[in-house]
Amino acid sequence: MTDATEASGASVTKRFLYINRKAPYGTVYAIEVLEMILIAAMFEQDVHVAFLDDGVFQLRKGQTPAVLEMKDFSKTYRALEDYGVEKIYLEKESMEERGLTTDDLIIPAAVLERKDMISLMDSMDVVLSA
Amino acid sequence: MKYAIVVNEGPFNHQASDSAYHFVKHALAKGHEVLRVFFYYDGVHNGNKHSAPQSDDRNIVKRWSQLAETNQIDLTICVAAGLRRGIVDDVLAPGFRISGLGQLIEACIDANRTIVFGD
Repeated sequence: MTDATEASGASVTKRFLYINRKAPYGTVYAIEVLEMILIAAMFEQDVHVAFLDDGVFQLRKGQTPAVLEMKDFSKTYRALEDYGVEKIYLEKESMEERGLTTDDLIIPAAVLERKDMISLMDSMDVVLSA
Repeated sequence: MKYAIVVNEGPFNHQASDSAYHFVKHALAKGHEVLRVFFYYDGVHNGNKHSAPQSDDRNIVKRWSQLAETNQIDLTICVAAGLRRGIVDDVLAPGFRISGLGQLIEACIDANRTIVFGD
């Protein structure tokens, strides 16, 4: 638990934004972004998570990656709240383009218009995207 | 300026590692500080000493090692991403080390700017 030990010594709090742009199983990015989010939360940073482009599919209900012999990590999004990660955003235009509504999502999230997503990014200290 | 650098793609397959290398080299030449270069996702392959490109091409792994040796910069490979892809201590090129994601967050906190190379 080296990370946890280091985390307790961190005194600076920065605004971190993780941007998810990729669908959940076509590439490795989604699951490895989740691993980054959990560590930032352990460091008691102000963590924000945004989903845009095909990244909005990461929060879609009814994922069954077992048929692809892949791990279903979608339940980890439900656990984010337990790590104090509660600032979750989806881009309105990305959802509309893909026919998704908030009823399709596994966790509650704020829906932002693209112009507001830009302002959100501008307000961050650190932006890590994939 | 203090920079934290993140490399998210493997060598040769993607230009990200080349761009990061040139950015770091020129930032150092201009007197900036590079706190850490952190390799994540397929970026961990940048630290594989077994990489052997053809002799008329750039040697990306060796180039990173030489940059680390000349400038004492910290090249850190993510342990979790590395394990998945077989990048462990036995295959590590000189100048690279393996550590946790905490090293990335720490560098982002300490740096004035975090620059991500990848898609």
